[in-house]
Amino acid sequence: MTTSSPAESLTNRQQFWRGVRGVLPILLGVFPFGMIYGALARQSGISVPAAQAMSSIVFAGSAQFITTQLVRLATPGIMIVLTIAVVNLRHALYSASIAGFVQNLPSHWKLILAYLLTDEAYAVAITNYNREGAQGNQHWFFLGAGLGLWSCWQLSTFMGIFLGTLIPPHWPLDFALPLTFIALVVPNLKDSAATTAALVGGIVAILTFSLPYRLGLIVAALAGILAGLWMEKTP
Amino acid sequence: MNLWMVMLAGGLLTFLTRLSFIWLFDRLTLPRLFRRALRFVPPAVLSVIIFQELLIRDGSLFLSISNARLLAGILAMGVAWRTRNTLLTIIVGMAALLFLQIFIS
Repeated sequence: MTTSSPAESLTNRQQFWRGVRGVLPILLGVFPFGMIYGALARQSGISVPAAQAMSSIVFAGSAQFITTQLVRLATPGIMIVLTIAVVNLRHALYSASIAGFVQNLPSHWKLILAYLLTDEAYAVAITNYNREGAQGNQHWFFLGAGLGLWSCWQLSTFMGIFLGTLIPPHWPLDFALPLTFIALVVPNLKDSAATTAALVGGIVAILTFSLPYRLGLIVAALAGILAGLWMEKTP
Repeated sequence: MNLWMVMLAGGLLTFLTRLSFIWLFDRLTLPRLFRRALRFVPPAVLSVIIFQELLIRDGSLFLSISNARLLAGILAMGVAWRTRNTLLTIIVGMAALLFLQIFIS
């Protein structure tokens, strides 16, 4: 994803751009996803300003997708809010996972980095933290990765809103999402405990798919984490 | 509730979820088991989404040799494992799906 380099010798600006470069390959998968969101939002009758604003106010791909579907089905607002909250529950796990690396930062940094904590930015930032540690100015890397992704999401939303109808419907652009996650997960399956966590999480996700509000997502994630812990204890 | 209210409430809840542990971490001591569990967050959560995207079609399980997304996804996993190259994984996976779609459907 990135080339490792001695952290202490890099300026804040260099760390920031290293973060941008770290997230760059992933943007290939994020861009088409953002365009599809923009197009779907317009098809669901969401106004241009609201469709664009959702990408910075909610700033969470899968929750925004589901919102467009629920708006199309004229779902009551409170149900949509509840669904967004449940679909994004997994971000609490990301927050817990990355908290130890940002605990000494001032509050305004914590607020900004929390806002930028999407699936993709998290994966890139945690990989860097695991390699470089939390010392020095690694938070500038996180900021670079997060803002790189944010900019791509706003731009691709904009393109989707205005050009989305030009995308031929048989183009499977939504497949970019699982491909991006495969590229993020598979190279990091370095031991049997991590692999077990991934397999159990995935299998339970299939078994619990029919649960309402995509609750299966969080149930399966917890099952995977517990399986990883158990595997680590019994080698 | 109009759409703007829905977005603001949904966005605020999402932000607070992302902030939760980042904000609380140095204010409470987390059990050691909890800290050990955190390493399994990325593989567990992201593979949940991968499995659902590859194996669920129109709300039900689609475990079949004619599931083009599953085949292209497995190929992408192989590329990711061998090369560790994000860009190549996405390009090969997408090309494989386009190719398979022509032959399967």
